[in-house]
Amino acid sequence: MSMKVGNQPFFEGVDQAIHNSFMVNAVSSAQDGLRDKKLKATVGDETLGDWENWRNAGEEIRAFTLNHLDYYLKQLSDNFSARGGHVFFAQTVEEAQGYIRKVVREKKAKNIVKSKSMVTEEISLNEALEEEGCNVLETDLAEFILQVDKDKPSHIVVPSVHKNRQQIRDSFKKLGYKGTDDPKELAGFARKTLRSKFLEADVGITGCNFAVANTGSICLVTNEGNANMVTTFPETQITVMGMERLVPSWKELDILVTLLCRSSVGQRLTTYVTDITPGEQDDTVDSPKDFHLVIVDAGRSKALGTEFQPALHCIRCAACLNVCPVYRHIGGHAYGSIYPGPIGAVLSPILGGYKEYGKLPYASSLCAACTEACPVKIPLHELLIKHRRKYVEGGGTPPASEKIAMKGFGIGASSPFIYKAGMKTAPILLKPLVHHGAIEKGPGPMKPWTHGRDLPAPSKENFRAWFKRHKETEVQKTNKETSD
Amino acid sequence: MSGTIENREAFLENIAKKLNRESGALVETPDWTNQPQWAVYQNSSKDQLVEIMKKASELIHTTIFETTADQLADTLDNAITEYGGAPVIATNDHRFSDFGLTDVLRKSDAYIWNVNNGHKNIDVAAQANIGISIADVMLAESATAGLFNDKDKARSVSLLPVTSIVIVPKSLIVPRLTQAMQMVEKKVEEGSEISHYINFISGPSNSADIEMRLVVGVHGPVKVAYIVVHDL
Repeated sequence: MSMKVGNQPFFEGVDQAIHNSFMVNAVSSAQDGLRDKKLKATVGDETLGDWENWRNAGEEIRAFTLNHLDYYLKQLSDNFSARGGHVFFAQTVEEAQGYIRKVVREKKAKNIVKSKSMVTEEISLNEALEEEGCNVLETDLAEFILQVDKDKPSHIVVPSVHKNRQQIRDSFKKLGYKGTDDPKELAGFARKTLRSKFLEADVGITGCNFAVANTGSICLVTNEGNANMVTTFPETQITVMGMERLVPSWKELDILVTLLCRSSVGQRLTTYVTDITPGEQDDTVDSPKDFHLVIVDAGRSKALGTEFQPALHCIRCAACLNVCPVYRHIGGHAYGSIYPGPIGAVLSPILGGYKEYGKLPYASSLCAACTEACPVKIPLHELLIKHRRKYVEGGGTPPASEKIAMKGFGIGASSPFIYKAGMKTAPILLKPLVHHGAIEKGPGPMKPWTHGRDLPAPSKENFRAWFKRHKETEVQKTNKETSD
Repeated sequence: MSGTIENREAFLENIAKKLNRESGALVETPDWTNQPQWAVYQNSSKDQLVEIMKKASELIHTTIFETTADQLADTLDNAITEYGGAPVIATNDHRFSDFGLTDVLRKSDAYIWNVNNGHKNIDVAAQANIGISIADVMLAESATAGLFNDKDKARSVSLLPVTSIVIVPKSLIVPRLTQAMQMVEKKVEEGSEISHYINFISGPSNSADIEMRLVVGVHGPVKVAYIVVHDL
């Protein structure tokens, strides 16, 4: 599955991540910066009125659109093709890859430039096109950095957040860079390197922030200007979209672009909000002549009509990542999915299955900060609990420790004798692990928990004993008061 | 010219089935309960919107010049000099001559986009120091120039040169994206064709991808200036 990042089991990835102090610091400071900007541009911006009304508007639009998805996708494809564009519906990753490979082959394309797109990561498009003998170039600065290093994204909006400037400078040296680690100089190098590539490319590939059903348009929300280059100079444009990323009309586009820009990077609008509709006049010089739209399911429809449908409301702003205490400590790669953080923990098991991603819903403290941050009000922490329930009920293979723990607790709790014995022996059995009143490094099922926090040592007095003693004291007190 | 659609039927049937909907059933998009967008700056005058825009432009590293129709040629001339002069390229927009700017463009030896010259246009734009466009709508809230690009009002002019100068007639300033989207929707309702490249641009290209440090000027222009014309 191409959503996959690395090959490590989840908890091993976590182990490694929490010891990577640069990464943890970089993620924490990025989180703080993005969260502050978001708060200023949302609840903190009084010109918008009540931000809750905007969230409600977003939720209402997304829920209605998803509930009538077949209708709006039909309308989108009708309008896109009526203007001369070609639409391909891809049920699977392989179908999407196959169609794009075919287009590229027919065009005899060699040079391909791409703007940032999570769905093309999801369908491993670069690898597929390289097999076709194409040079595929990522042109978003962060994606360019990752491509030079053969690395994967660790954040939905700022994919190279885990890398520092020295690492980036060293990577660029492979391309002949001789400058310093000043971000401005590094970005200048990317500008110079990529400028000629845009102008020479045969095919431009983009993702899709939102498609507009009533005109067959594609909206791209960006800052660097690379997406504008990608959609201006190559003869052929291929846009790949997750099937849920659309709005009925321009009226709804207004709301969702506002929610996205403000929630993702705290900007009123990003530098470029570009709406592309096929069918330019034939003598236009700076426009593609051939438009393709690939609409990808790749597991999304598994959520439709289920309790997980709201996960498809996501507009990929990453506001949930930017408030998540777990993401803060483990970063993006530990999730093992290109979709990390709370939304990743909800979405990855839907798209990639419980076998691969069933442990991700446990990467949450269920503090609900994600739900509160979501601009379209996806009940993320509730969906995480639903995943856990399904997982334990047999939706996948739950962690062995949890199975044993649950089973053990079931046996213990149903037998008064074992329960009493357990309660009495716990303080004695765990005594060697207790330091300063807490278990700091637990074995087996306690290990992942005690890595992040201490487990309180069992009290020598169990609750039943405490309750009995407390009750007796209360009775004695009452008797005394009555007799006084 | 009509394009093609592949694999649609089974794909949509699967979705309809999952949603428990009859495949192909019509839908009417409702009047939404929540429409907070209309209240933003709803009673602001054009002058107030200019002030809002000026404040917003400070957040996006964009310079604003203010002028009047009879001073516009001089203001543009000064701006061209300030940003380093030729080579200059401008879109092929009849408003340049309507606004009396033909001479100032000639003076700076500006290249005017011309589809008959084919790819040469892109080469000129890529070498240009300054690109000049005229806004089709201006969003006060975010200091955003809305360009409804076409084959003559070419998108390359605001994209490839080092500096992008956009002339903004004050009459085109609206509160926010909402009103610009409404303009597009109106065209759709009337059945007229919309611009194939609607470009909302808020300042120079930028990125914070390296350690979250803002770098202004990545792939698009490094500098952006708006010239607001009060009586146009």
